[in-house]
Amino acid sequence: MATRQTASLARLMRAPAIILLLIWMVVPLGMTLYYSFLNYNLLNPAVTSWAGWFNYQYFYTDPAFLDSLWNTLVLVVGVLLITVCGGIAIAILIDKPIFGQGLVRILVISPFFVMPPVAALIWKNMIMHPSYGVFADIAKFFGTSPVDWFAQYPLFSIIIIVAWQWLPFATLILLTSLQSLDGEQMEAAEMDGAPAYSRFIHLVLPHMARAITVVILIQTIFLLSIYAEILVTTNGGPGTASTNLTYLIYRAARLNFDIGGAAAGGVIAVVLANIVAIFLMRAVGKNLD
Amino acid sequence: MARAVTRNTRIGWTIVAWAVALVIFFPILYTIITSFKSEQEAIAGFDLIPSLTLESYQTVQTQNNYFRPFMNSVILAVGSTLLALIVAIPAAWAMAFSPTRHTKNILMWMLSTKMMPAVAVLVPIYLIFLRFGLMDTRIGLTVLLMLINLPIVVWMLYTYFREIPGEILEAARMDGASLRDEILYILTPMAVPGIASTMLLNVILAWNEAFWTIQLTTTSAAPLSAFIASFSSPQGLFWAKLSAASTMAIAPILILGWFSQKQLVRGLTFGAVK
Repeated sequence: MATRQTASLARLMRAPAIILLLIWMVVPLGMTLYYSFLNYNLLNPAVTSWAGWFNYQYFYTDPAFLDSLWNTLVLVVGVLLITVCGGIAIAILIDKPIFGQGLVRILVISPFFVMPPVAALIWKNMIMHPSYGVFADIAKFFGTSPVDWFAQYPLFSIIIIVAWQWLPFATLILLTSLQSLDGEQMEAAEMDGAPAYSRFIHLVLPHMARAITVVILIQTIFLLSIYAEILVTTNGGPGTASTNLTYLIYRAARLNFDIGGAAAGGVIAVVLANIVAIFLMRAVGKNLD
Repeated sequence: MARAVTRNTRIGWTIVAWAVALVIFFPILYTIITSFKSEQEAIAGFDLIPSLTLESYQTVQTQNNYFRPFMNSVILAVGSTLLALIVAIPAAWAMAFSPTRHTKNILMWMLSTKMMPAVAVLVPIYLIFLRFGLMDTRIGLTVLLMLINLPIVVWMLYTYFREIPGEILEAARMDGASLRDEILYILTPMAVPGIASTMLLNVILAWNEAFWTIQLTTTSAAPLSAFIASFSSPQGLFWAKLSAASTMAIAPILILGWFSQKQLVRGLTFGAVK
């Protein structure tokens, strides 16, 4: 009897969170899906009509859409490459017996706590600015002409900024994983004369494989939604050179007031994110039992 | 001999590690330094020793009324975190201590709501905010940020609560403890560290949120993330002023962040890396 009471109490305690999240998921997504089939522009809401698949077709045939998909892919893969490779290297470095390890750790993880607009503006104005940035100062020091990063390499510049923000995350997760590595096994391998790179390939990397997977999946979820960094640096330009899918949808919704088109883009973004999410959920789910 | 080599290697690795750390930290350090320069000094070229003027901090306050977005950030971050805790603590508690066969599915489903890209619901949320007069209000944004972070809060609390051993309750009951005693003297002290950690991480995440804050605020409810983003316009070409605003925006969260390394790993990997 007591258990039945506990069970109903537990149900009552769970209910608010579940109901809130259910509403949060079903209502906006349902609305997005509905709007995606409408001709609906906020500048002219009176002529709203059923559009069928038009918004999707429009999005699909728009060259900006394919550009944005490509840019999204380049952005995600570029940042992942830098953060995962850099993260592994830095994690191994910090894990060595160095002086001031705690402080080094603090310095390395700091960029993660810098809010995106600040991170982007610091890099835009202080580091990469063609006349006043540190890179320009370095170029002048060596007698070469400074590079106008955001005009010449817009997407690459954004990759650098985002990678700087996410490198600490990768490093911290990989370091956590590295610290649970069996020290005796490493010592044994060292005594048997296994060289450093073969210890890395056969012991360290397999041990970190799971953590690397998790880093890749979680970062991908966040990297698909990069927005503020683009807004304050390049505004998606020049042209569509640094427009990702998130930014394209933002432009359709907020600058072109094209509700139907933005909603169709939103549905596409959900599909993309879900492909990644399925793999992540599998990785996390394994750990739950 | 062997010892000297080890010591030398250690010094060698220390130098490499510090060099890497300083390069990574440099943009933040340079911003802090520039914030203490005068505007003329700031664009005069690379220079690490400022004249230590507080001029820029004063300008940001007097010209841009910095205090307002700062307070908005505090209210949004703390408010949304407290709201999330009120909803999440009972839920996580129930799932940790009276799990059913659905508990795992519920948790996974909650996680899946976190995977929804924000931009996918930009249109409906924007229209709802317009329709109900929630644009540029703190209350609308607080509720929204609460919903966004709720899955992480439930998950984190769940992993902490699960570590509280159930046997301890049985032992207390055998010793004649009442339900009130149980909650007050046994469960609460054991749950508080987990709740505090969850709170810490969530305040950081809410403070740094920069998609919805930019979309849904203009001036009166704009927190620091939206306020600083507005510096991307030409008036932002004041290096020292931008640096002062940035330094104040990141300093509190940077310090909180240094204390939250463990929570960060737990909260953002959903317990998948230990």
